[in-house]
Amino acid sequence: MSGNEAPKRPKLILAGNGMAGVGTLEQILKLTGAYDITVYGAEPHPNYNRIQLSYVLEGSKTFDEIVLNDRDWYREHGIRLHTGTKVTRIDTESKKVITETGDAESYDKLIIATGSKPFFLPVPGHDKNGVIGFRDIADCETMIAASRTKKKAAVIGGGLLGLEAAKGLVQLGMETTVVHLFESLMERQLDEVSAGMLKAELERQGIQFAMGKKTVELTGGAEVEGLRFEDGTELPADLVVMAAGIVPNTDVAKASGIDCRRGIVVDDYMRTSAPDVYAVGECCEHRGVCYGLVAPLFEQGGVLAHEIAGLDPAPYMGSSVATKLKISGVDVFSGGVYAETAEHRVLRNHDDWRGTYKKVLLKDGRIVGAVLYGDVTDSSVLTRLVRDQAVMTDELYGQLFGRGGCCSEGKASIGVEAMADDEIVCGCNGVAKGTIVQGIREQGWSTVEQIKVCTGATRSCGGCKPMVEQLLQLTLGDSYDGTAAAKAGICGCTSLSRDEIVASIQEMGLASVREVMNVLGWSQPEGCSKCRPAINYYLGMLRPLEHRDEKDSRFVNERLHANIQKDSTFSVIPRMYGGVTSPEELRKIADIADKYAVKMVKVTGGQRLDLLGVKKEDLPSIWADLGMPSGYGYAKALRTVKTCVGSRFCRFGTQDSIAMGIDLERRFERLWMPAKFKMAVNGCPRNCAESGIKDLGIIGNDGGWEVFVGGNGGIKLRAGDSLCKVKTDEELVLICSGFIQYYRETANYGERTSEWVERIGLETIRQAIVEDKDNCAALAARVEQALAALHDPWQEAVENGELRRQLYEPVQAGATNE
Amino acid sequence: MLDAGKPDEYPIGLGREVRAGSLSVAVFRASGGRWYALENKTPHAKGGSLAEAIVSGDYLYCPVRDLKIALGSGEVQAPDTGQVRTFDIRVEDNRVRISIPKQS
Repeated sequence: MSGNEAPKRPKLILAGNGMAGVGTLEQILKLTGAYDITVYGAEPHPNYNRIQLSYVLEGSKTFDEIVLNDRDWYREHGIRLHTGTKVTRIDTESKKVITETGDAESYDKLIIATGSKPFFLPVPGHDKNGVIGFRDIADCETMIAASRTKKKAAVIGGGLLGLEAAKGLVQLGMETTVVHLFESLMERQLDEVSAGMLKAELERQGIQFAMGKKTVELTGGAEVEGLRFEDGTELPADLVVMAAGIVPNTDVAKASGIDCRRGIVVDDYMRTSAPDVYAVGECCEHRGVCYGLVAPLFEQGGVLAHEIAGLDPAPYMGSSVATKLKISGVDVFSGGVYAETAEHRVLRNHDDWRGTYKKVLLKDGRIVGAVLYGDVTDSSVLTRLVRDQAVMTDELYGQLFGRGGCCSEGKASIGVEAMADDEIVCGCNGVAKGTIVQGIREQGWSTVEQIKVCTGATRSCGGCKPMVEQLLQLTLGDSYDGTAAAKAGICGCTSLSRDEIVASIQEMGLASVREVMNVLGWSQPEGCSKCRPAINYYLGMLRPLEHRDEKDSRFVNERLHANIQKDSTFSVIPRMYGGVTSPEELRKIADIADKYAVKMVKVTGGQRLDLLGVKKEDLPSIWADLGMPSGYGYAKALRTVKTCVGSRFCRFGTQDSIAMGIDLERRFERLWMPAKFKMAVNGCPRNCAESGIKDLGIIGNDGGWEVFVGGNGGIKLRAGDSLCKVKTDEELVLICSGFIQYYRETANYGERTSEWVERIGLETIRQAIVEDKDNCAALAARVEQALAALHDPWQEAVENGELRRQLYEPVQAGATNE
Repeated sequence: MLDAGKPDEYPIGLGREVRAGSLSVAVFRASGGRWYALENKTPHAKGGSLAEAIVSGDYLYCPVRDLKIALGSGEVQAPDTGQVRTFDIRVEDNRVRISIPKQS
């Protein structure tokens, strides 16, 4: 290389020139110019908007009008574009891509974005002429050409894609029938009522329907002539469009030995199993999910772009899919749960005259899903409400459904508006509405964090945070940027989120609390009482074997292993596995309570005994006398496993809940968690140990166990969700291990499972633990590792003289000569 | 002046209680090498000690109610209010010495 040449930039290759891949490139280009970029696309076109193919089909737009990035764009950004060139194989060893023409090109980083293929029903005759998918411009051109000579079209699939194809074909003058397996259109987005309204509208536009029909054969000679259904009936058609679904296009990944399941398997940073090879979009499978809508692809692209640019992205956690669509001029929205079951309460507004429909589903008073048809002005509000599982209030009801009165209709009224100025918003710190509103107006507070620092509101239990957010929204109106506020850092010392911090620790190999704060630019160099314990937890969670717990970053209770009381005495709760004790143990506890003049002996809510009012300097000797391990009744850790009497004594018991409870408590005791963690095991569905309101609740039945998660009996009462049923004790232990470790790895510090389950979604958890057995086993292995590094802290304090002196014993000052 | 032992009996970044007669003093050896002595009693109406605080730079976060208090001046930081008594403290001849007025 001659000395004048610019240093060679690393080579980034994109295989797949569609919306996900090029969208990712656009985001990369905004972040870095460090790469020399080459793009391969199988189609002979630059990147176009696949969502608008139906416009090209029906003739309302030309191809040029749906192009997203024309060839000039690639030139301007110095990107080499090879259209009509498919990548057929990747040599992941020598880091080269090989195209169908046999050319090889080396890469430093490679993104696979090969999208998806139409799913062809594997019925006899599917390979006849005149049977096509609806996926790209070539398919559009085929359909347009066919419409000139052919008359009858059948579209297999009554989902979005099929309906769009049918609409286009009708516009082209073909007699078009949509064949659908189910009785209801778009059954993955719409409920029966809205699907019925849509079908009636499309029928008005000239589309015919054959509902509840299963195609078993495509008939004809070389050319397709019709469809035969399972019920023996037939439908003549000389053009058949397969629109029954899509399958991720994993051809090149499979041919190259990269891990694939349904899609190309990627982790939370879009990394495939091959080094420096990433995948994004419809071709990939993240946490067991393949997405087919555009919003998740852009979210994935954002994470990938940061990853490629070396900017430590927050991990991709999956997307919650709310769909807003326009089908043949009809606006449709669906988010969350759209089909009601007996457990839902349904709010419905069906207006056949205006052709609108609105349904909101409540579960336990919370908004869990919504469908809109005809009028989707509330879609963004509902997307948020469904995502947050917001509690339905009179105000929200008024906002969404009108009060039927005069003045409030159409007005965005929210709960806090009606509050008087002197009404308390934050009950923990006694902050009134007026104080907050005045500060927003006069002091310019614009985030929850600022309000927290200045007034104390939201600082303690956090239950008033939604109200504070609403006050910001109400007072600042449109200028309040809720998303910016949500992205505020974990505390006032940093603007980084939990995920960004965890990712940085992993990628930069940060090893101590101090290093994290230094390297990541904390505004307060030594942090605060919020971030320091959190960082210490994340370090321990990520590196259980290497990280040495940092006592100076521990809140007093976890530093001293006892619960500080208002008078600065402490409480002592020894471990009693499963809540079972013995006469000897009780005698010992009674004697110790006398010896140390304990102020009170109390039975806790978790079936343990609490010795209250112990002086700090007495703690180590009381522990030595007890000879029992710490019950961790002070820690963000497993508290207790509450049990019922179960099959050993109870005439209703079907399972030995005590044995299982003791086993689980012995297994998971001492494990540090993002927040306190409570368990219960019941021997029968009568549920005497209250498994329904525990972080992890287990209910025995005749055939095995049912596992409930995310329950909470405390500040925010929440019934646990049923995660799964298992038959054997071994399966139960595995599920518990997987659940606990998944929570440890993904929850925010301080976040109880009740909040966590709602934030990341029960389905995600089920996928990760119940469906993905390998993942569950890997989680269980990691929890074992974390457990192996733990020892009883009371024993440690008893044995370690220096620790005992420095942490527990006061210095007795003496006189000096001065 | 009261003698409060050797400096190495005080862990860096943590507090330790020193008892002087009926008075309890919270002594902090901050990470920058600075020493602080405050009355081991929060100004909060409901009471509580300070020696078990989390220490950040020249501030502590009180263990019972998370008040942020300046170690040097004893002043409680906004939004809370209050004042903690402070005492002079220094290390001489490898001994920690705290100056506490006789009447206390």
